Amino acid sequence: MRYIPNTDADCRAMLQAIGVRSVEELFADVPPAVRLKRPLKVPPAMAESDVARHLRALAAKNADADRYAMFLGAGCYNHFSPAIVNHLVLRGEFLTPYTPYQPEVSQGTLQALFEYQTLVCLLTGMEVSNASMYEGASATAEAVLMAHRVTGRTEIVMARAVHPDYRTVARTYASQLGVSFREVPFTEAGVTDFAQVRKALNERVACLVVQSPNFFGGVEDLAPLAEAAHAVGALLVVAVAEPIALGILKPPGECRADIVTAEGQGLGTGLNFGGPALGFFATRDKFIRHMPGRLVGETVDREGRTGYVLTLATREQHIRREKATSNICTSESLIGLMATIYMVTMGPTGLRDVALLNLRKAAYAKERLAKVRGVGLRFSGPTFNEFVLRTRKKPGEVLTSLLKRQIIGGLDLGRFYPELKDCLLVCVTEQNSRDEIDALAKALGGGR
Amino acid sequence: MSGTEKTVGTRGLILNEPLVFEQGSPGRTAYSLPPSDVPERKAEALIPKRLLRDGIPGLPELSEVDVMRHFTRISQWNYCVDLGFYPLGSCTMKYNPRINEDMARIPGFAKAHPYQPEEVSQGALQLMWELEQYLADVSGMDRVTLQPSAGAHGELTGVMMIRSYHASRGNPRSKILIPDSAHGTNPASSALCGYKVVPVKEGPRGVVEPKAVAEVMDDEVAAIMVTNPNTLGLFEDRIIEVAKIVHAKGGQVYCDGANLNSVMGVSRPGDWGVDVIQINLHKTFSQPHGGGGPGAGPVALKKHLAPFMPVPTVEKQGNRFLLDYKRPKSIGKVRAFYASFGVMVRSYTYIRSMGPAGLRRAAEVAVLNANYILSQLKGVYHLPYDRHCMHECVFTDALQARHDIHTLDIAKRLIDYGFHPPTIYFPLIVKGALMIEPTETESKETIDQFVAAMKRIAQEAQENPELLRLAPHNPRVTRMNETKAAREPKLRWRPVS
Repeated sequence: MRYIPNTDADCRAMLQAIGVRSVEELFADVPPAVRLKRPLKVPPAMAESDVARHLRALAAKNADADRYAMFLGAGCYNHFSPAIVNHLVLRGEFLTPYTPYQPEVSQGTLQALFEYQTLVCLLTGMEVSNASMYEGASATAEAVLMAHRVTGRTEIVMARAVHPDYRTVARTYASQLGVSFREVPFTEAGVTDFAQVRKALNERVACLVVQSPNFFGGVEDLAPLAEAAHAVGALLVVAVAEPIALGILKPPGECRADIVTAEGQGLGTGLNFGGPALGFFATRDKFIRHMPGRLVGETVDREGRTGYVLTLATREQHIRREKATSNICTSESLIGLMATIYMVTMGPTGLRDVALLNLRKAAYAKERLAKVRGVGLRFSGPTFNEFVLRTRKKPGEVLTSLLKRQIIGGLDLGRFYPELKDCLLVCVTEQNSRDEIDALAKALGGGR
Repeated sequence: MSGTEKTVGTRGLILNEPLVFEQGSPGRTAYSLPPSDVPERKAEALIPKRLLRDGIPGLPELSEVDVMRHFTRISQWNYCVDLGFYPLGSCTMKYNPRINEDMARIPGFAKAHPYQPEEVSQGALQLMWELEQYLADVSGMDRVTLQPSAGAHGELTGVMMIRSYHASRGNPRSKILIPDSAHGTNPASSALCGYKVVPVKEGPRGVVEPKAVAEVMDDEVAAIMVTNPNTLGLFEDRIIEVAKIVHAKGGQVYCDGANLNSVMGVSRPGDWGVDVIQINLHKTFSQPHGGGGPGAGPVALKKHLAPFMPVPTVEKQGNRFLLDYKRPKSIGKVRAFYASFGVMVRSYTYIRSMGPAGLRRAAEVAVLNANYILSQLKGVYHLPYDRHCMHECVFTDALQARHDIHTLDIAKRLIDYGFHPPTIYFPLIVKGALMIEPTETESKETIDQFVAAMKRIAQEAQENPELLRLAPHNPRVTRMNETKAAREPKLRWRPVS
C-alpha cells in the first residue's frame, strides 16, 4: 500500500523489538467475541489511475457550472476564484498542519488567521471576528445561543426571509435549551415587515435575526431594525449568505448590528455541492468573552519579536469543558485562508467592482425576464444579485424544461415557502454572460 | 555524533514578512474582471444610497506577485505532515494523499450546486450513499448521516438524536456520564443539549470499570460517552459489560470515534454495544487538517435512532438516488445543505484506494508503530500505564521533573530536532502527559529518528537543562508571551487613523 511505508521486514523488526510474535498480540485487549472475522465490505483497492477514472465517471453524472448556465444561488453562489487561491491552499504547509497549538511552528497559519479576522471585521464593519466556524447556518445558530447567554432571555424573533436552512439549523440548536422562536413575515417589497418586527419584539426577546441580502435577494434596511431591537434590550443578529454584496452594501456593523454571521463560500471556495463552506462570526469588543470559536491574537516572543497565538482559550471546551461558550474545535481554517487570499487578491476596488458587476447583471436579467410573457416580478423592493419571479406555469415544470437546454434556472420556492409556490428564485453573478441571460429569457418565453 | 545527526531539524533561509495590511501601493491590483456586457448603471440607481457603503478602508492594494509571495513566505513558517513526523496524539496526523485533492476538484463535484435537480446530481448522491455504506460497515452500525462538519459537530448531532429518542419515549432524561479522560468537546456537546455531566473515574488499569458505571447509572442518565480506544491509547476492554449496564437502565452508548483508526477492520463499535459514534474523516479517513479544518464528523447509528437523523438523508430507490426530507421525527438540521461534500469526495477516494485489506493494515501498522515507540522510550520517560497500547502511547515528564524539566520543555526541544511535538498535558488525568500517535504512514526509520531525538532530549535534561528551558532555538520565533496575548487582546490589525 503506497501510503504505508513499513514493509513486512520492517514490521518483523519492530515486533521483535517490542517482544511479541505478531500484531495480533498487540490487540489482546480487544475481546475475541468482537473481533471482525471477515474483511470489511468495501470494494477492493484500486490503482490511482483506476480510482481517478471511477470518480470522473461519477462526476460526469452531475451537472456543473462549467457545462450548464447556472442561475441558482439560494445560499451557495457561483463566483469566480482567482487561480492563486487554489494554488496557495494546495501548499502542504497550509494544507497539512493541525490546528496551530504550537505557535513557534505555526506562525504561517496564525498570521493568516489574524489577517482573516481583520478582513472579516473590515468587510462587515464589526470590531472582532473569530478564526472561522463551520458555515453560515450553524454560525447563525451559535449567534442565537450567544444572544441567549448574553441577555439571559429565551425568545428569538427571526425573519421569515432568512434562508430556510438557517432557520431550521437555529431551531435545531436552540430548541435543545428550551429557546422558542417567532417568525416575522415579509412584505410585498420582499423585505422583512418592520411593523410586524416591532410587534414581535418585547423584553423577553434575546435577539432579532435577519438576513441581508435576504433569501429573496432583497436588501434589508438594517439601521431601523437595530434600533427596534435595541429599544427592548435585544441584540440584532445579521446573517449574510452572500458576502460579495458587502463590496457595495453598507456593512451591518455601521448599522449597529451586534453579531454578524456570514457564509464565506462565495469568497474563493466555490460551490462544492454545498460544502465545505465557511462561517463568519463577528461581534462587538464588549462580547469577546462570550464568543464561540478560536481566536488568534498578536503578542511577542521571548526576544520581543511580534508573533501570533491562539488566545482567550478560557472560553473554550478544552479548558472549560461543559461551561464552554461552544463545543467547536476543528472549524474551517483552510476555507478561511481561501477567503483571505480571495479578499486581498480582489482588494478594495476588486471587491467593489465584482459586487457592481453582480448587481448590474442581475438588474439587466430582472428587467429582461420581467418582460417575458407569463413571467413577472414577485416583489417590488431593491435586490442585489437574486430576485423572485412569478411564473404562470408551475416552477418545477419551468425548471425541467430549462434543464433540457443546459440551463439550471433557479430554485422552485414552493419547496420552502408554500405561499410562494408559483415563484422562482433566480441568481445572476459575474459568471453569467448576457448571452446566457438572453437564452434564459428566450427559453422562459417558450422560444427556441 | 549519535543517530540524531540524521534528524531533519536545521536552519534554512526564512524570510520576514509583515502583515498584508502593511503592504501595497494605491492603484495596484491582483484581480481581473471581464468587461461588463450589460448596461453600466450606478449602484445608487438600483439600491437606495443610504444602504450603500463608501468603500472598504484598510484593505490592501497588491499585485498578484505580492499576494503569491506574501502567502508563500508565511506558509514556510508552518510545520506540516508533508514536512515531517507529526505525532500529535488523538489527532491522527496521517499522510494526505494528493489524488484526493485532484478528485475533489473535478468540475462535476467542485462546480455542482446543492439545489440543482436530483436527476443531474446522481453522481454526488451515489458517492454519498456509497460512503454511508462503507462507514456503516467500518463502524458496525445501520445508518450514517454525513451532515456534521467536524468531530464536535458530530458529537452534538449524536447527543441531539439521543435526546430526541428519549423524548419520544416520554422523558429526555437529564444526565450524561463521561469518563475523566474524555476530550473537552464531550462535556461541551452534552451541555449544549442541556445535559448535566456526571464524571466517571477510570479504574487503575486506565479503563472504565463496569462497577464505576453501575454506581452512577440510573434512569435519568441519557447516555454514556466513551472514547474507545481511549485517550490513554488503551482499548476499553470492559466496554461490552459497560454497554449492558447502560442499556439495562434504558441509556444509550455514545462512542467518540476520534480514535477509530486503530480498530478499523479489526473490531467494530457496533459490535461492542455502541448505539451512536461520530467518525472524524479528517483523522481516520485522510482529509487534510488544513491548519484547523475543514474536517467532517459523520455520525453512524443503530436503526432505532434512524428516525431522528438530520434531514435530508440520501436514499436509493432502484437505480436512483434521492434526498429524503420526509422524516417527521428528525432533529432538524445542523448545517445548511447536506454535508461538507468536498471532504466526502476525499474520504471516498481514500477508501477506494485502500480497499478492505489496506484499511485493516492501516490499523495494524498504526498500532504496531505506537507500540514500537512505547517499547523504545520505556524507561527513558515515565510510562504511567505499562501495557500494550493501541494507536498512541502516553508518557509523562516525571523522570525529567527531577531536573525541573517539564513536558512543555521536552515538546519545544523536539521542534529543534525537526519534529512536531506530541499532544501535551492531555489527557488531563495524567500529570505532564506526552501523548504520541505515530499513525501508519510513518516508516521505521522516521520513528527511529524520533526516538533518538527523544533519548537525546532526556540526556540534555540532565546535562544541560537550560537548553531545554529556552527551546525552541531553530524556528523564526521562540516561545510566545501567551499571558500578554490574553491580558491585552489584540485580535485584529487596525488602520492608522
